[in-house]
Amino acid sequence: MVFWTEQMKLSQIVEALNAKVLTGDDLLQKDIDTCGASDLMSNILAGLSEGSLLLTGLTTVQVIRTAMIAGVGAVVFVRGKSPPQEVIDLAGEQELPLISSPYSMFVSCGRLHACNLTGLDGRR
Amino acid sequence: MTALKKSYYIKSRDFIRAGEASIKIQTLLKSLNYNPQLVRRVAICGYEGEMNVVMHGGDGSLSIAINTDTLNMEISDDGPGIVDVEKAMQTGFSTASDEHRKMGFGAGMGLPNMKKNADDLIVESEKGQGTRVRMVFFIHQGSDAG
Repeated sequence: MVFWTEQMKLSQIVEALNAKVLTGDDLLQKDIDTCGASDLMSNILAGLSEGSLLLTGLTTVQVIRTAMIAGVGAVVFVRGKSPPQEVIDLAGEQELPLISSPYSMFVSCGRLHACNLTGLDGRR
Repeated sequence: MTALKKSYYIKSRDFIRAGEASIKIQTLLKSLNYNPQLVRRVAICGYEGEMNVVMHGGDGSLSIAINTDTLNMEISDDGPGIVDVEKAMQTGFSTASDEHRKMGFGAGMGLPNMKKNADDLIVESEKGQGTRVRMVFFIHQGSDAG
């Protein structure tokens, strides 16, 4: 089976999701090639999430810790959600970009899929 | 020969700080230039274990010992213990509360994910006697070494 990946710059993802950058303005040149969407952090920890984009509706500090532990490249909060400032600050210290999109989980995923991003396992 | 030992306290039900020990270990191992995949596996096991202690256990600790060929991790707590360890090892089995699920945990994936990421894992627990999870990670020499 042949997998292919289309990389996106984080800046292009911000544009595609009409998103607001909460932290990591200086890290938007980062390349992202896979994407996972879940409110279950264990799924992210169990998946091939290194360097991926994580879309979630959760805004707890454990999202940031999960992302750091799993090596996630950036986090998108859907439905216009934004975590508390101390959570944003923690991500900032760890150079983990956080962005917030006004779109729902479904629409956010659809937009990124249309941009050729694949799932964590490379499928699309 | 054990080159380095570290131990961190884990406070039961402290959901805000849960995971701090694993982040510290991850940072330490990265700074020592261990293989990134090894670091990731160790960090994931530590974090899942920490979350288990915070969600289900009593106060506890997370300890690592880095040797020449192996990294040993031990996570223990003095909580209520696991009634049926075999069941707890099954993916999807969970005694977690809605509060845990709202944080993105409690889907019965913790111990199975730890087993998957560790090279060896032993769970010792009895009802009322607390829990001790011991893991071994092989530090491969050659191209895989740090």
